[in-house]
Order: sequence, then C-alpha cells, then structure tokens
Amino acid sequence: MEAPIRAREALGFILFSLLFSICRSSSLNHLLISNAERRIDLSSHIVKVYLTLKVENAGSTPTSEVFLSFPPTQVDHLATVEALVTKGKRKKTTLVRLDVKPTELPDAPNDAKYFAIYLENPLKSGESTTLEVLYLLTHSQEPFPAEIAQSESQLVYYRDSALILSPYHIKQQTTFIKTPSTKVESFTRVEPSNRAGTEIKYGPYEDHPPYSFSPILIHFENNSPFAVVEELVREVEISHWGNLQVTEQYTLVHAGARHKGVFSRVDFQSRPTLNGASSLRYLLARLPPRVHSVYYRDEIGNISSSHLRTDSRKSELEIEPRYPLFGGWKATFVIGYGLPLQDFLFETSDDRRYLNFTFGCPLLETVVDKLTIKVVLPEGSKDPSAVVPFPVEQHLETKYSYLDVVGRTVVVMEKKNLVPTHNSHFQVYYTFKPIFMLAEPLMLASAFFLFFVACVAYLHIDLSIRK
Amino acid sequence: MAAPETSTAAVPTLYTNNTLRNAFGGVLSFFILLLIGVMAFSIRLFSVIKYESVIHEFDPYFNYRVTQFLAKNGIYEFWNWFDDRTWYPLGRVIGGTVYPGLTLTAGTIWWLLNSLNIPLSVETVCVFTAPIFSAFASWATYLLTKEVKGTGAGLTAAALLAMVPSYISRSVAGSYDNEAVAIFALIFTFYLYIKTLNTGSLFYATLNSIAYFYMVCSWGGYTFIINLIPMHVLLCIVTGRFSSRLYIAYAPLVVLGTLLAALVPVVGFNAVMTSEHFASFLVFIIIHVVAFVYYIKGILSPKMFKVAVTLVVSVGLAVCCAVIAVLIALVASSPTKGWSGRSLSLLDPTYASKYIPIIASVSEHQPPTWPSYFMDINVLAFLVPAGIIACFLPLSDASSFVVLYIATSVYFSGVMVRLMLVLAPAACITSGIALSQAFDVFTGSIKFQLTGASSNTEVDAAETSSSTAESQTDAVKTEKPEETAKNRPSRKSKKKKREHGEKPSTKAKAEKKRLLALPLESSVISLLLLVLLGAFYVVHCVWAAAEAYSAPSIVLTSRSHDGLHVFDDFREAYAWLRHNTDVDDKVASWWDYGYQTTAMANRTVIVDNNTWNNTHIATVGTAMSSPERAAWEIFHSLDVKYVLVVFGGLVGYPSDDINKFLWMVRIGGGVFPHIKEPDYLRDGQYRIDSQATPTMLNCLMYKLSYYRFVETDGKGFDRVRQTEIGKKYFKLTHFEEAFTTHHWMVRIYKLKPPKNRIRGKTKKSKSKTSSTTSSPKRSGTKKKNPWQ
Repeated sequence: MEAPIRAREALGFILFSLLFSICRSSSLNHLLISNAERRIDLSSHIVKVYLTLKVENAGSTPTSEVFLSFPPTQVDHLATVEALVTKGKRKKTTLVRLDVKPTELPDAPNDAKYFAIYLENPLKSGESTTLEVLYLLTHSQEPFPAEIAQSESQLVYYRDSALILSPYHIKQQTTFIKTPSTKVESFTRVEPSNRAGTEIKYGPYEDHPPYSFSPILIHFENNSPFAVVEELVREVEISHWGNLQVTEQYTLVHAGARHKGVFSRVDFQSRPTLNGASSLRYLLARLPPRVHSVYYRDEIGNISSSHLRTDSRKSELEIEPRYPLFGGWKATFVIGYGLPLQDFLFETSDDRRYLNFTFGCPLLETVVDKLTIKVVLPEGSKDPSAVVPFPVEQHLETKYSYLDVVGRTVVVMEKKNLVPTHNSHFQVYYTFKPIFMLAEPLMLASAFFLFFVACVAYLHIDLSIRK
Repeated sequence: MAAPETSTAAVPTLYTNNTLRNAFGGVLSFFILLLIGVMAFSIRLFSVIKYESVIHEFDPYFNYRVTQFLAKNGIYEFWNWFDDRTWYPLGRVIGGTVYPGLTLTAGTIWWLLNSLNIPLSVETVCVFTAPIFSAFASWATYLLTKEVKGTGAGLTAAALLAMVPSYISRSVAGSYDNEAVAIFALIFTFYLYIKTLNTGSLFYATLNSIAYFYMVCSWGGYTFIINLIPMHVLLCIVTGRFSSRLYIAYAPLVVLGTLLAALVPVVGFNAVMTSEHFASFLVFIIIHVVAFVYYIKGILSPKMFKVAVTLVVSVGLAVCCAVIAVLIALVASSPTKGWSGRSLSLLDPTYASKYIPIIASVSEHQPPTWPSYFMDINVLAFLVPAGIIACFLPLSDASSFVVLYIATSVYFSGVMVRLMLVLAPAACITSGIALSQAFDVFTGSIKFQLTGASSNTEVDAAETSSSTAESQTDAVKTEKPEETAKNRPSRKSKKKKREHGEKPSTKAKAEKKRLLALPLESSVISLLLLVLLGAFYVVHCVWAAAEAYSAPSIVLTSRSHDGLHVFDDFREAYAWLRHNTDVDDKVASWWDYGYQTTAMANRTVIVDNNTWNNTHIATVGTAMSSPERAAWEIFHSLDVKYVLVVFGGLVGYPSDDINKFLWMVRIGGGVFPHIKEPDYLRDGQYRIDSQATPTMLNCLMYKLSYYRFVETDGKGFDRVRQTEIGKKYFKLTHFEEAFTTHHWMVRIYKLKPPKNRIRGKTKKSKSKTSSTTSSPKRSGTKKKNPWQ
C-alpha cells in the first residue's frame, strides 16, 4: 500500500506544478484574498470545511462574482457549498446567505471545478468583504488499513492541500484541521505546521499565487461509525382525509474499514469499547412532531429494537438495526409514520394547494448516496410542480393505490450525495377538487348496492328450465 | 306416488303457521352464520395483535416463498420452477413436488386484490389466508351437519368448529400452511358427497369431484377422503342401503376425481398406481357389480335370479381369485407394498420409529398423549359419544357417514398428533349433533311440561311439537321444500321425492317416542349444565387461541418482572446472512431451518423441511456428529461456506440443536454406519456435562454450540440442560465464528479455507503425520466422508 500512496503524492505534486504554470495566465486575478482561514472538521465521517475569506478587489472594475475552485477529486464528493457574508459592523453583524452555483471557467487548469458566489452588492474597486463559506465533503476519508478485525480501531486517511486551492492570489492563509481524537498516526509536514491535541495547524503561509497546491495526507483514528445510506426512497402520500403517510426505505451500509475475520459476540458484549469501537449500534432519526403510527421493519418483519420519544417540538426515533453494523455490513429497513395533514398542507391564495415538507434524510449524521422522494398526490390532482431549494432531477409517475381508477400522480425527485444540511423544506404545488374525495366511498357504496340488487334479483327470478 | 299426495294435504296448515317463522329463522341463521364466520376469523387474529403480522414457523415460510414466486413470475413459470436454492447440489423441482392448492389460492386472492387496485403485499395475503379459510370451513361444517341432522345441529357444529383449538393451532393468522385450506376442502368435499347422496343429483356429484380436486391440490391428506368415501359406500352396500343415489354419489367421484387428481403434478400417476388409491377402485368395481345385480334382479324372476347368482358366483369367484392373486403379487413385489412411508406409519404406528427415523423425528408425527386430546378438542371429547348415539337415531346414509368419519379419524389422530386436525371437524360435527339434539330434547320437554300442565287437550299438539322439535331437522326439511314449492316447481319435485321417502319413518318414530319427555326440573338443570359446558369450551378455546397457539415461533417473548423481553434472534441471524454474505454462499444447518433460511435469508441450503432425500439429510447429520476435521471435509465437499446452529443454552430455549442432536446421530447413522448412537450416550443417557462421552464432546455440534460459551458466565452453565458443560475451553481449527446473535440463539460459523500447500510445510507435516499416529486417523476421516 505504501507505493501507490507515494505515487499519488507525486501525482499531486505534478498536478500542483501544472496548475501553477497554467494559472499564471488567468484573467481572474483582479481579485485577491488578503486573509484566508480554513477549519477542517474531521470528527465525523462527513468532512466539514469552514472557510473564511477576506476578498479584496484589486482590479479596476466592480465585480459581483467570487469563484471558489476545487480539485476534481473533491468535487465528486462535494455535497454542499454554502456562503454567507457578514454585514454590519462590530457587534451588530448579521449573516446573509448568498447564492452559490457551479460554473465553468474557460481556462480551468487541470479540470478544476468552480463555484461562483454571487455577492449582493458588487464589490467595487479597492473594497473588501468577508465571506464565510461552508462546504461538506462525503466519502473523503479513506480507511487504512482497509480491513480491520473486531478489536482494532478504525484508521483513516484524509487528503487535502495545505494551501487553499483558489483562482486568486492569497496573501495569508492558515488551515486548522480537527481530528476526532488525539491519536494521529502521521501527517504531512508543510512548514510551518504543528500539532496540538486534536488540532493540526498548517500555516500561516504568506503570498501564494493562484492555484497553489501542496498535497497533505493525514492518517488518524476515526471511530465514528461511517453510516451511509446507499439508497433512500421516501414516499410521502397525501390523503385529504387528514393524513400524511411517509414510508422510507433505507439501504444502510457501514462505509468504514471492512470487517475482517471473526465476529465474536462474547467480546462484543463484554468489552464494547474495545471491541467493535467503530461499529454502528444505533441511529437516531429526527421526525416531525405529532408523528403517529410509527413502524420500523424490514422485509422479514418487525424489528423490535426501537424507541420513540415525542415532545411538542420534535419526535426522536432511536432505531437499532437487527445486528450491529461493522465495516462493510449492510442492512435494509423501512420506517413508516403518519403525520397530521394540517401541519404540512397549505392553500395558496390562488386556490392551489401545496405540501411543505423536508427534503433529505431524517437520520442524523448520515450520508445519503441517492435519495428519491416520491410525493403521491391524491387521485384527481392536477398541474403538479415542485419547488426545491437546490437542483434535483424530477419526473412524474402514476401510482395505483386502494381502489384507484385513474391513478395518483406521483412527483418524483432524485438527488445524489446528500448530507444533513440538505434537510430544508421543499414545496409541491397542485390543484385538487374536494369532490374527488368522495369518488372512492361512492364507488364502494354503489358496488355494494349492485351486489345486493343482484342478490335480490337472483332470489326473485326463477331460472329453472322445467316448469 | 301415494305419499306425496298425503303430504300436500298436510302442507297448508303447516305452511300458514310456519312461513313467517321459517323466514325469520332463515334470516336469523344467516346472521348467525355470518357471526360464526367473523368469530372464526377474529379468534385467529391473536397472533397478529400479540405479536405481528408475520409468517409463522417453518413450512409456512416455504409456502410464502412459493407464493412470492408465483405472484412475481406467474403460473407457467411456477409449474416449471426448478429451485436451486435448496438441496444443494441437487435442487428441487418445486412445481412438480408441491401441493399447489394453498399457493394458488393465495396467489389468486393476491392477484384479484391487486387487479382491483388494492395493493396488499403477498405477505399480508398469506398471513390472512388461513383465518379466511377457517371461516369458510365453519360454513362448510354447517352445510355438512345440516345435511346430516338439520339446521340446529349445523349451526352448533359450525360454532364449535369455528373455535376448536386443534384447528386454530393450524390456522392462526400467519400459519400459512396447507392444512389451513385443506380442512375447508375436506369438509366441503364431504358435504358435497352427502348432498349428492341425499339428492342423487349429478350436479352435486360433479361439484363433489371438483371439490375433491381442490383437496388433492391442497394436501396429501386427500387420501383420507379417497379411502373414507369408499369405506362408506361399502358400508352402505353391506347394510343393504344400496341405491341409485349412492351410485351417483360415488361413481362420478372416482372417475372424475381420479382424472382430476392425476392432473396435479405432485400426484400424477400416483392417483392410479399407489396402494392408497386401490380401495376406491375396488369399491368402484364392487358398486358396479352390485348395481348390475340389482338390475338383473329387477328384470329376472326370483327363481331365474337364484340360478344366475349361483352361476355367476362360481365363475366370478374363480376370476376374482385370479385377479386378486395377481394384484397381491404385484403389490408385494414392491418393498413398501406400494405404500408411502407416512401412510404405512399410519397403518402400523410402530413402522416409522422402527425404520424411518426422519419421520419419527418430527414432533408432529408422534402419537398424541391424552392431555393433548383435552387440549385440542376439549369438551368435544365427551360429547362425541353422545353424538354418535344421536347419529344412530335414526341411522341414515348421511349419519352413518359421520359415524364412520369419526371412528376412522379417532384412530388416525391416535397415531399422529398432526392428524388431530382431521379429527377436529368430525368431533365438532358429532358434538354439534349431540348438543343440538340434547337441547331439542330438553327444550321440548320443558315446553311439554309447561303446556301439558295447563290443559290436557293440548297434549297432543305439544307432543307433536316436541316430536317435531326433537327431529327439527326433518321438520325443517319437510317445510322448506313446501316453501320453495311455490316459486320453484323444478326443484320441488326433486326434493319432495327424497323427503317423502323419509317422512313416514319420522312420523312413526315420533309416535314411538311421544312419551320421552323429561321432568321439568331435570331438563332445566341439564340445560344449564350444557350451557356451562359450552361456556367452558369457549373459555378454553379463547385461552388456547390467545396463549397456546398464537406464538409465531420465529420471535419469542418472555415476561419477567422488568417487562417484556423479545428474542428476535432468528431473524437477526437470517437478516445478517441475507445482507452480509455472498448471494451464492451455501449455508448448512439442520433441516428444520432450511425453509426459513431460503425464505428469510435468501441463501442456498443443503437440506430443508421437505425431507425428500434421506441420504442428504443423513450427510448433514453425519457432519454435525463428526469431529471437526471430518465435518469440515464433508461440508467442504458440499461447497458449504457457513454452518448455522441454534443454541438455546444461554437463554434457556429448549428446542435447540443440542436437544435435537440425537436425531441427527440416528438419521446420520442410518445411512453412514460409522456414526453409532451409543458413542454419544453415557450409559444410555444423553448428557453434555463432564460425564459425557468423548465422542460427544468432540463432535462438531457440541463445539459449534459451546464455542467460547464459558466466557459468558465463567462456568459454562447451560440453562436448557441445567448443567455445566463438559468441555469448556477449546479452540476451533477448521471453523471460525462469523456471527452470533444477541441472545446467542443462532450461531453462524464460517468454514476456514483450505490451507495453502507450501512445499516446505507439507514436507514437514508429512514427516509429522508419519511420526505421530494421525496418519491412520486421516485415512479414517477420508473413509468417513460419504462424498468421496
């Protein structure tokens, strides 16, 4: 395993030098970053990076776009990018959320990918502003060794650059990396760098030109369970009789170092901290308040190990998989619950209805590789349209449920690579005439009526041939 | 033709009095039946309410899996389904070896519901099939008993059957087994047979063979029908009750029924080739001979007839002897005399324990104990004799059938616990008759006493009323056709003929028994006692349904002072296998868990609950009772990756593999003689403590069950056997622990891969083996491996 890593590091350096040579001709350098501070939080398997950039317009024209650049390897794992700007002075500072969109730049060196932050007010020449950027990376910690036995703890690699990859010149920058424990096997030294407790500090580095890159590799212990939902299908079914039924189908996997060899229950039960430290024992799902008829089962029946705690503001469902999940182990299960409709369904002024529901996965601290949300509208609804705060793939389906004749319209939304920050609200608008609610009861009533009529008729008609 | 006229003269008075009453009675009995159906359904829901809506036990999992396949792939794929997930490496042709009735029924229900856009899952349909069919069964019981003894007895019998514990045990929600629908089919076939016998209608005869076909589709117990009905026919002939109705009831059934039965792949040519069916053909011949004789008798003068008889008998006897000799020779040439093992063990209860340990090892094939009779049919056991007596007053074709049915089923239930299920409907029918007759007698005499006291003139009327009440059945029967006579003349004439055949006899009987009325006090007290008896039965049934028979057995619960404990270890293990092993991995376990493993874990198993290949099961039994190395070789040769054992020692779950182990030894030893049962017993005693034999302590089952068990409490105390285990510290060399469930109830081991042959090492080990005594041992193990 040693050789490939070295090769990768070497590759990183080549990449760095290439980037360095190409970006000299970049046309973006009328902006510069006077001070950058980056905090990378590695305490869970989701890598959280807080970036504070002080951007200065050194050019002559005002600009309203600030670009962030990411190496292509990170972009694949990038779940979300958010940017905030601090407004006001001193104590009265408020944070304003800014639009961030992926963009392409014509002369991107080495497939670097860009995100553009759109400032509220164009940054005039000579002015400066402070941007707070948060981005989350998933699947960015590589377990090494890739297979561990039950009693071993999980060690992972994290790769990044000691210098912030940026299309702009950075005058001064510092990077702090927070590891989950003090146990750090090794980390790449890029002077000045030092380590204190659970924090590794890179920098401060002065005056680095655009696209500077200096690969670093941190090898540390991370025993937090790598809970990854490979596929989640959430079905939200609206019934205008007053219920919102949610069914969530999970395929859960422990994406950490693969379990190797023996699983001994006696060790696991007697010394839980030493044995199976990185195993996934339980999960916490945060459900909306006033949840009812919660079930937790899989394809072979009910799973009895779950607890539901409800209060007026939220409901928490603590679920244990049937067995503790070690690295590489999988489990599938279904969570279902009912919600009062009035909490989630509203009417607009133009007589349309809309569902306001949370996107994302209710499980805490999990990564969802692929999420499909299906909103099943009642039979007879028309003109559905969905409003989601981030780009998703959408299409319509038809579903036949209890006694449907024309079928229900299903709005299907798909998104890949989700993290808990995606748990924001989305809306689905549609029109619905309340008369359709009576269709099924009337149908049933008429069917029974016909049945009884047939019975009466049969009893009163003589069908015999012989008189 | 004289009889109908007298009766039509008597009709108007009866008719005007009773139209309203009958109409009311009709509606009332309809609602009672509806309620009985609802009760039959709902009493079986305890398992869903107390546990969950889940398939129970072992066999239902297989049926569920087959139904899933059917729902997914359709009927043609189902007939051609070769299942490679089981009996590895042999596989099993499911379509040709399964009784498809249950699966097709549930599959049809599922398909119907889904085409009506009612998206119930296959599992839900399967769970609730049994309760639905038990409602049908109670209605069929009503029909059957009504044919025998009238509406009152019918309703009583239906109510009794709706909650008889024996049937509940096989048809609670989730118990998705063949018997659930088969009992309905059984009763309904009998009903149609009796109906045909009573009406002589070819229509019912045809329906009867279709019902018989459904029964053949559903359960191997159809042989009971095809032997019982011929027996009854023979009985009728012998007792001089031969009639054209009997002929119509029997002949079409044999011809059509056999043809239809042969259509079921699992039966096929067995329908004409195995001994189980011979009785029906024999009786078929006899009934034709008898019919012919009656015919000849009709056209010849008595003298001529006598001559003909002597002629025919002398010639016929010779021919018959020849034919029978040939038949016997043919049958005797086959080793089992043409009977299947299970049938033989029915005829000779000791057969299975002597020759087929695999049949004897199943608990439901053991003979029942007396308490199990009380548990399963409760007070019916006491009512049955009374019912039999009632059947003889008067003995009709139908009631003689019931007597025969109860007599044979009592015998069969005495042989096999499982066949208690066949006894239950018979017991319900006879007890229904008994209860209803007793009620009739008591209420009749109360009425007689009350009205008799007031005036003497009414005595006559009261007497007739009591006599009609006593045989209300006949009264109802007589009145009903009259009622229908108005609007259905076509049916009337048919029914009339029959009813007037009976009527004179009932009248005569009524006169005979006119003074059978009991004193008032004693009849009131007896009524109360009967009600009490019924109440006791109901209480017992509800208790049995709620407590004894509702456990799904894959999830166990125990109540202790700190609340309810759930032991969901089986599903934990199966879910683990399903998600964390390769899809083509083979799992070896004792055959009990085969169906569950294929259905819940979706992994290939070596043996399963369809115990069709004794050798294969014996191989697994041998592996389990061999020492580690030999077992590893057997399993390795079967391409097994995981071995699953069930171990109850930690939590005290008694039906675990250690307790079943002697059967593995017996079945294994039956095929591979180097496994000897005495090696595992110390002085004839089966034990696992320090007194156990070394063979026992070194066998694979012991090791896999108790591996590292001592580390749980330091002593290795087994809570099932109530003893400390014999060998506490040992290591596994050829297996490694792959998974153990939360309560240790299921332990899964992985076979270690064979060691690499490194040149230097093999040399070393060779020199080692030659120096030590393990070289003969190795050759010994090789010989032990039945696959080499």
